[in-house]
Amino acid sequence: MNREYTDLYRFKIAHREALIGCALALFNMIWWYGFAYGLGSGDPEKYTYILGFPAWFFMSSIVGFLVMVILVWFVVKFALTEVPFEDVGEKD
Amino acid sequence: MSANWHVIIPLIIFTILVFAIGFWSNRKLSSSKSFLSDYFLGGRELGGLVLAMTMVATYGSASSFLGGPGAAYSIGLGWVLLAMTQVATGYFVLLILGKKFAIVTRRFKAITLVDFLKERYKSHTVVILSAFSIIIFLFSAMAAQWVGGAYLIQLLTGLSYSSALFIFTITVVIYVVIGGFRAVALTDTLQGIVMFFGTLILLIAVIIAGGGLENIFADLISENPNLVSPYGQDGQLTPAYVSSFWILVGVGVVALPQVAVRAMSYRDSKSMHRALIISTIVVGFIMLNMHLIGVFARPIMPGIEIADQVIPLIALDVLPGWLAGIVLAAPLAAMMSTLDSLLLLVSSSVVKDIYINYIKPKAPASHVKKVSLGVTSVIGIVAFLMALNPPELLIYLNLFAFGGLEAAFVWPLVLGLYWKYANAEGAIASMIVGIGSYIVIHFYNEANETLLGVHTVTIPVVLSLFFFVGVSLLFKKEAYKF
Repeated sequence: MNREYTDLYRFKIAHREALIGCALALFNMIWWYGFAYGLGSGDPEKYTYILGFPAWFFMSSIVGFLVMVILVWFVVKFALTEVPFEDVGEKD
Repeated sequence: MSANWHVIIPLIIFTILVFAIGFWSNRKLSSSKSFLSDYFLGGRELGGLVLAMTMVATYGSASSFLGGPGAAYSIGLGWVLLAMTQVATGYFVLLILGKKFAIVTRRFKAITLVDFLKERYKSHTVVILSAFSIIIFLFSAMAAQWVGGAYLIQLLTGLSYSSALFIFTITVVIYVVIGGFRAVALTDTLQGIVMFFGTLILLIAVIIAGGGLENIFADLISENPNLVSPYGQDGQLTPAYVSSFWILVGVGVVALPQVAVRAMSYRDSKSMHRALIISTIVVGFIMLNMHLIGVFARPIMPGIEIADQVIPLIALDVLPGWLAGIVLAAPLAAMMSTLDSLLLLVSSSVVKDIYINYIKPKAPASHVKKVSLGVTSVIGIVAFLMALNPPELLIYLNLFAFGGLEAAFVWPLVLGLYWKYANAEGAIASMIVGIGSYIVIHFYNEANETLLGVHTVTIPVVLSLFFFVGVSLLFKKEAYKF
């Protein structure tokens, strides 16, 4: 009974965190796609530049990466819960 | 290229460090109580940094380290955009498999991915099917890495191909055999750090050599404006094609056995949390740097014929010799760290999934130890012999290796973990359909235009999902309880 109870609690947390992973990947993809093809579809000779890089690339691949790092940090700090991995009384 | 001692000395020091880690891990191993779990999983005690680094290093293989920048050199900034889909692997694998996989594999006392599938589906067909696909596909992937490593050493040192291959093989096989997973994870950490700083130094040097970003982009545009667009130098990269890499190198990576096994090796929640942040930073940083190096190398060294050699050639061109040696330890590190994990994984499949399951279930511990070390050495040597003169079949199998394994394992693993009605029939159908359709579509795409304009892996992943769910429901059993 004990194990069923801890499973219920631990798996609930695990399922929630897996969904957070999907949400992060979805957000990552939309950001990446939106900026890359939103800003990059024009004539390459008329691109605007940010800090030396074409804006589409800077926003999608450099800022996009930094945004993901910050989001992951936030998720780890505020959304993830620590749970024990061993089952009670059967540590190996 | 003749021998260049400035380059060779840092590489030798790097190799000695790698050996030292192997011997240290071996001492730790000989004091362990449970050999199998210790040898193949490092006793499930990886901390955050090591976990993150071994994930990234295993993943950033020769194909991405030499082939990736090579493709960026030929195709332009569009390929860097494509490579950045890999940022997702940094957090996705650990969040998706995450805590549930860690809890369940501990309960099952699983040491390999196949152990998990065996307990979850209780089916010999699933075990045999998955063990053989791992052994065949990853063995070929491994031999291909062997070839890449030897070419690089040959290029850097001026040794002949076979002696370069020999040195490379001996190094990797020895530290994997003596040190097991712990040695692999620790050397991966060293190699990850080398890659992190190596790519940074080289990127800065390349930007300086090219006369600053503004100059480099102006040169690229005057050569071919498409090089700075997201569409590739001939406009061949369609958004659909580039996006389909989210499956191949982004989220599908969850299902690669060498990656999944790392998701059962960490100590506790805290290590996992730290690893999430570190691996996202490291994988994004390395991928961004090394692919940008490929693009920026173009105006500096136009007309490199074998694009895969762009990283070694540009490093030797823009850096002083000793620094080039240190930086070029990075691609070598990338290959070693992929190779060591594959070697250990193939060996664990042979020993744990086949030998202990079916040939000698009651083998005593000392016997298991001998068999593990013996099998690891034999696999390394056979891969060496194959790499000396790679057979045609091997090259073909390597093309299927990662995509094929993803198509085979993604649903049996993910749905097995999260869907209680997943059952053996569904898993078998999904694996057969996944690998089968991958091979068929691969040949179709070679002969015709790319089907639906997406990477080969896309359709098999979707098809195998339908078959998994459909067949599971057809043979519906009661809900599974861990």
